[in-house]
Formats: sequence, C-alpha cells, structure tokens
Amino acid sequence: MVDEKRNGPTQTKRRHFVEVILGTGIVASLASFLYPVFRYLIPPESAELASDTVLAGKVGDLKANTGKIFRFGSRPALLILLPDGTYRGLSAVCTHLGCTVQYRPDLHNVWCACHNGMYDVNGRNISGPPPRPLESFDVFIKGDEIYVQRQRNA
Amino acid sequence: MLSRYREYHGKGDAGAGTLRRQPLGVLPVILLLVGVLISPGRANAQTQNTCLACHSQLDPPLQVSPGDFTNSIHAQKGITCVSCHGGDSSSSDPERAMSKAARFRGAPERKDVPEFCGKCHSDAAYMRGFDPSLRTDQYSQYQTSVHGKLHAKGDTRTAVCIDCHGVHDIQPPSDQRSRVHPLNVAQTCSRCHADAAYMKPYGIATDQFADYSASVHHDALAIRGDLTAPTCSTCHGSHGAAPPGVDSVARVCSTCHVFQAQLFDSGPHKDVFGAMGLPACVTCHSNHLVQHPTDAMIGTAEGSICLKCHTEGDAGYIAAGTMHDDITKLDSAIARSDDLLGRAERSGMEVGEARLTEADARDDLMKARVEIHSVQPATVDRDIDAGLKVAATTYQAAQNALAELRYRRKGLLVSVVTIVFVLIGLYLMIRKLESKEAQ
Amino acid sequence: MSALDKTTDWLDEHFRYSEILAFLRKKTVPVHRFSYFYFLGGMTLFLFGIQVVTGILLLLYYRPTPNDAFESVQYIMTQVRFGWLIRSIHSWGANVMILTAFAHMFSVFFLKSYRKPRELTWLSGIALLAIVLGFGFSGYLLPWNTLSFFATKVGTDIPGQIPGIGKWTLTFLRGGEDVTAATLTRFFGFHVALLPGLATLFIGLHLLLVQRFGMSVPPSLEAEWRAKPAAQREVPFFPNFLLRELMAWYIVLAILGTLAAFLPWGLGVKADPFAPAPAGIRPEWYFMFMFQTLKLLPAKIGPIAGDLVGVIGFGLAGLVWTLLPFFDRESRGRTTRWIAGAGVFALTYIIAMTVFGYLAK
Repeated sequence: MVDEKRNGPTQTKRRHFVEVILGTGIVASLASFLYPVFRYLIPPESAELASDTVLAGKVGDLKANTGKIFRFGSRPALLILLPDGTYRGLSAVCTHLGCTVQYRPDLHNVWCACHNGMYDVNGRNISGPPPRPLESFDVFIKGDEIYVQRQRNA
Repeated sequence: MLSRYREYHGKGDAGAGTLRRQPLGVLPVILLLVGVLISPGRANAQTQNTCLACHSQLDPPLQVSPGDFTNSIHAQKGITCVSCHGGDSSSSDPERAMSKAARFRGAPERKDVPEFCGKCHSDAAYMRGFDPSLRTDQYSQYQTSVHGKLHAKGDTRTAVCIDCHGVHDIQPPSDQRSRVHPLNVAQTCSRCHADAAYMKPYGIATDQFADYSASVHHDALAIRGDLTAPTCSTCHGSHGAAPPGVDSVARVCSTCHVFQAQLFDSGPHKDVFGAMGLPACVTCHSNHLVQHPTDAMIGTAEGSICLKCHTEGDAGYIAAGTMHDDITKLDSAIARSDDLLGRAERSGMEVGEARLTEADARDDLMKARVEIHSVQPATVDRDIDAGLKVAATTYQAAQNALAELRYRRKGLLVSVVTIVFVLIGLYLMIRKLESKEAQ
Repeated sequence: MSALDKTTDWLDEHFRYSEILAFLRKKTVPVHRFSYFYFLGGMTLFLFGIQVVTGILLLLYYRPTPNDAFESVQYIMTQVRFGWLIRSIHSWGANVMILTAFAHMFSVFFLKSYRKPRELTWLSGIALLAIVLGFGFSGYLLPWNTLSFFATKVGTDIPGQIPGIGKWTLTFLRGGEDVTAATLTRFFGFHVALLPGLATLFIGLHLLLVQRFGMSVPPSLEAEWRAKPAAQREVPFFPNFLLRELMAWYIVLAILGTLAAFLPWGLGVKADPFAPAPAGIRPEWYFMFMFQTLKLLPAKIGPIAGDLVGVIGFGLAGLVWTLLPFFDRESRGRTTRWIAGAGVFALTYIIAMTVFGYLAK
C-alpha cells in the first residue's frame, strides 16, 4: 500500500522544498510588514507643531530694522525686528490680490511691490489698493527661539 | 405761593422743622417736570419752532419734513430756519412770523444760492466755531468749476449747492444718508448728467453714469465697500468739478495707479501719445467704463487694444505679440505646475513648500502684468523669466512627489511578491498534508 | 534536529505546547460546498487585529483636539515614514472589516448557524456588530475634516429624534448640544478605550462559545449526511484549516496593501464648524442604507414625523433580527422559509439602498 514515491529521498526533498518556500516566504513577508512599522516608530526630524504656532527663527537671525519671510502653515508670513527691539508678526499675503509683501527698512513700513500697497508695521493698510489690514500674529520668545502664533479670538 | 416757599425755605429755618415741610418744596419741581413732559420733542435745545409746525403740514414746494430737518447737520448745530430765512419762529401767526419787521428773507433764488451758502461756509472764523477742520474754500472752488462758470454766466439750470447737498436734509458727506457720501455721489451726479433731455443744451455725453456703473471702480466702491475707490468727484473734483484735461488725465489716474504711470512715462508711448494729443490711460482703459484688464487686451489677436494703432510688422506690433506670448507662457507654466501639485496633494503627498514657492511665481506674473505699461518686452521679461524659473522648480517638486508615490507602489510590489511566495508555500503544504492523510 | 523541531521542543517545555496541540488536533471543521463561509469570522478577527496594531501605531502621533487633529493626520500622511501606509491600511481595514462582519453575519443567517444551542453566540455576534459599527462611526470623526464633521452632525441628529431618550442620547454622544471639541474627545475615548474593551470581552465570549459548540452545519446538509454517512467530510482544524485560513489572511493583507498604495485614504479639508454644510453630505457606506431610507420617507406619516418612523422601524427590525434564534427553532416549514425570505429581503434592501444612496445626488 505504501507508495514508494511518497517516501524516501524524493519525498524528503519535496518536503524540504515546500518548507523552504514557506519559511522564506513567511520570513520575507513578515520583514516587509515589520520594516515599515519600525521606520514609522522613529519620529521624523521635523516636529511639526500645531498649525497655529510656528517657529519663525532664532534670536539673532534678524538685524534691527529688517524683516524676513517665513512659512506659516501653507502661506508666507513676515517677521519684523523693529529698531526699538520689538518684534512684529504679520501675514505676508497682501489683502489686495495676494502678492507677498515685504518690510521696507527705508520707509519703516510694509510694502507690496505689485501695486504699491502700503501697510504700517501693525498691519494697517495706509495707502494704495489694499482694502483691509494684514492679519496680525502674536510673537513670543522662548529661550532663543522666536515663535509666531495666530491670535485667538476672545 | 412764592411767599409760602420763602417762608419755609428762605431764611434760617434749618433743622427738623424744614424736613417736615418738605412736601411743599417739591411742588416747583413737580411743576417743572409737568412743563417738561407736556412740551414737544426735545431733540434740540430750541424751544417751539412755529415755522416747522406750519411748514410740515403744507404741500410741496413749501413742505419741510420735520424729521429730516431736525436730524440734519444744520439743525444739530443749532442753525435753524431763522438763521437762513430770517423771520420769527416763535410766532404762530404767519403774518407776524414772515414779516419784514421780523427780517424775513424768504427762500433765496437759485442764482443767489452759492453766494448765500458761501456767506457762512467761506467764513473761516465763523466755521471754526463749529468744526475747525472743515474746509472753507468750497465757494471759491465752485467759481473755478464748469458749474460755477456757467452759473456766473447766468445759467440757472446748472448745479448749485442745493442740487447736490439737499436743502433741509443736509448731512455731512461722511454720513451715509448724505447725497454726497462716496457711495451716493455717482447717483447724485447722474440726476442731471444721465438725463439726455436735460443735458441737451450743453452738448455733452450722458452715458458716463451707465459706463461707471459697469466699471471696476464702481464694483470696488459699491460691492466691495472700499470707500477709497474713486467715484465722480475723486477724478473730477467736487466743488471745483471739471473734467481733467487731456494732459492731466494721466496725473489723475496716477494718484492711485503709481507704478503703471511711472512705467508708462518710462516707455515710448508717453511722447507718442503726447504728440498725438491722446490722453494716457484713457486711450486703452476708457475713462468711465474701466474694466478688469485681461491678457487679451494686449497682443496681436483680435480684440487686443494694441491693434487700434499698430499694424502687422511695425515695432509696436511685434512688441505687443512678444509681451502677450510671454505672459501667456508664464500663466500656463503656473497652471501646469498647480495642476500637478493638486494631483500630488489629492494622492496624499506633502507639497506645502512647493505651494508656498508657487506664490512667488504668481507674484511675478502679477508684476509682469503691471510692467506691460512700459510697452517694452525687456522690462516685462525680467519678471517673466523669474517666474518661469520658480514655476519650473514647483513643477519639479510636484513630479518628485508623484515619483515618491510610484516608489511606494514598487515597495508594495515587493510585499506582494513575498505574499505570493507564502501563498504558494501554504498551498503546497496543504496539498501535501492532505494527500498524505488520504492514504 | 531541524530548527522547527527545536522550536517545538522549547515551546513544549515552557508552554506544554503539545498538550494544547493535542486538544486542538481533536477539533475538526466540516467540509462541504458552503465551508468557504467559515473563513469570514476568522477574517473579521484578523482584520480587527490589524486595526488594533495600526490603531496603536496611529495613536503614537494622533492628537485629539480640533486644533491639532487634522494637522496630526496630515503629519502622519506626509512626514512620518510609512505613515501614509499605516493610516491608509487602518482606514481601508476598517471598511473591509465591516464588510466581512456583515458578510459573516449574513452567512451565519443563511446557513442557520444561530440555532440552538448557539443562541448566545448569535447574541454576542450582534453585540460585536454594534461595537464594530460604533468603531466605524467614532473613528470617522477623528480626522476632523469637513466630511467627517458633518457626517457626525447628521449621524447624531438621528438618534436625537427618538422620543423620550432622544435628547439625552444626543447630548451623551456629542458631549454637549453641538458637535464640538467635547465630541472629538468623547469619540476618541470611545474609539480607543471603551469600544476596544467591550470588543475584547465580547470577542472572548464569542470565540469561547464557538470553541464550545464547534462549527455548525446547515440543516439541509445535516439531513444529507444522516442519509449518507460516507458523504460527510471534515478536516482537522490544526493544521489544515488553519493553513487555509492563513492563506485567506495573507490574501487580505495583499488586498489591503494594494488599496493603501493605489487608493491612499484622502485628507480632505479641515472642518470649519461655522461654515455651512457642503451639499451632498452623507455618512459612510455602512450607514448609507439607513440614511437613504430616512431621506426617502415623507416628512410626516400620519401624526408622526417621518424620520421618527424610520428610526423606530429600524430599531424594531434590529430587535427582531437580534432575537432571531428564539423565533427559529428546530422546526422546518413555513417559519423557516419566512425567515429565509426575510433575510433575503434584508440583504437585498441593504445593498439596494446603499447603491441608491450613492447614485442619487
């Protein structure tokens, strides 16, 4: 009754073959599942804060009476260091047609190069086409890091 | 009555006794209160105005609405009927109230109105007592205006103070009820200037209001609520109203449109337009029917304004074509990159940095569209080239994001291959097990 | 000694592995033309396991406040290495699990596996279905995008209509009058603590009962086998059935991976509670049939509000469905055919209403 083909060296070789396939397959598949999991567990370098607060720079990045554009969420924002040593944080999206504004050290004002719109350092639109002031942000310093935060409505 | 009062409150009767007699001291107060309560509305400090009492009941043109007048700026400041018309406002007898003895002047005639109003409004010392920051040159300005000059020649149909400001319902221009509030100015001017029959003797067009109402300036003012947007008086003046001359049109527009004017002046059009007597700005953009500029306005295709003067082959024609093509090129480059970034975003890829950079390209396009006023392709191309560079980087970023997406699918393939291996192995093992058991 | 033998020896010494194996070897699974349906229960369990694992991984980065929720999911999708994979597997896994849960329930229904003595298994299974739907509903809000915010709003409005307890239920679910930060916190608590705890309890009970009573065979087949004992076939649970189940599980893994890579789960737009609801708001597909029914009901049926009739109707239908084992006893005949017919109707209705819900705009 015993079938010779089912015992002996051929049988062992076949069983071994199946075990190898299965073993390799399982190990490989587990590796392909676990590799992403392990990479996932390692926190990325960019520790993204809440969209309401952004690290704009470090103290010393800016010279007095200069401004710099930084990324706030998905839009540009402007950080200004005034001659008196205080900071201002404003949205850098011009309220006229959306161009990116800049700080003008010669005028001590915020200026839009597209259509000559002018804002004061608090964001109020003072001349030119802009119909509304720039959104104003809170700036606070922690250690040597400058954070810009969206103002909360009361 | 009064003696009783004195008896109880007059001299030296201080002490407990006074208090007991207090009820009688209350009487004058009661009388005062009654007097106050039975007297009519206390909107202003004046006592009964018989002029208003009668004239509110009359039919036009003698009718004066008491509500309108009482709320008007003149009444608020204490300038009432008598101040302008003379007469006696305390007498309810018309004979007495409007008598010569009471120095009744009646209503001034149209030809005398500017001088009449000017008697107070040009008196700086007098006006200072009410509002020191108010101007007092309205009458002198009026005399330089087209309205004023016609008026001086004896034309009684031309505009005088009351036509724009009203008569008894005058409000300061900052008040939205005023007929000369920025939102209402165009409507007020159109009362005459859009009336073809009325304007016939003067031989000027009457389509300005219709044109202006369809313009971007009107949209900015009336729809966006931007009170700094121009209305009739912004470009023509209010009291000194006159159309800007051909030479000065550019200067008027350039008070707001600074860059465009500077660029225009730097280019070849300035001298050419001057020589041909063409007004700058208005020639291409119209004076009243100013519309949103589009890329189609410049270039060599049908509908372009350049074709009004330029013909195929001339320098301007070629420049127009170049500028149009360059702007269109940047516009499509931005649209293309924007599209691809959108695809990447929807697939869950992070492209925030690229989106931010994209704004720079849009800025450049915006600036290029202003630069065309120099009508020199070289000036325009400065911004176009910068913008194209940015658009290229954002497009590349989008492509990288999509490549990452494809890479993920390759990674998946590896997983799937290992899974297939396992499936085959399991299948073979099962088959082997079960064939063995079948024995 | 092969590596496999060495491993089994170690397990034997430390877990008495071979004793457990001996017990398991005794367990058999009947083989017949319907036995493929036996995979569905285990598949649902496997998917639950995947949800737990991916869920715990997501928990390491997710922040459950309106200010941060959307951004944290965005962070997972875009910054965390393979975050997109974990998140998409979790979202797709949820849908596939609910699908297999329903399929499992309907296969148990049509194969009549709920009959005595398996009534408690059926009841615990219904409880598990409710828990799974609860998982789906609470989890859907967590990304805090427009769709999920308004779907939650509409979804919690409906139980609010129940007379008497409606208002209380609504306030309990929402953590207040409206869908707010309190709702998000509460749903998060439901999703990661309360429901997993309940699920573990009921899964334990459910599996215990399945082990106790073994695999049921449809009554028609039982009759066949009584007539022809030779036709009866069965395979040992361990390792034959288990290997087959492993194949099914691996196929599910491949499907999930493919879905995650080719159809990554979208982020949407961050929810703005002050914006008006966008047109075409609808719940997830597994609630669609109820939602579509309510939409089709007239505003008033007699003196009662149409929505209320719908809610009560579904409540009653659910109750009858739950108490099914107590209606359908051993007897064959008209009751059985009625029940089978009702099941076909229920399944067809659910599928039709779901499709209708998506086609109707």
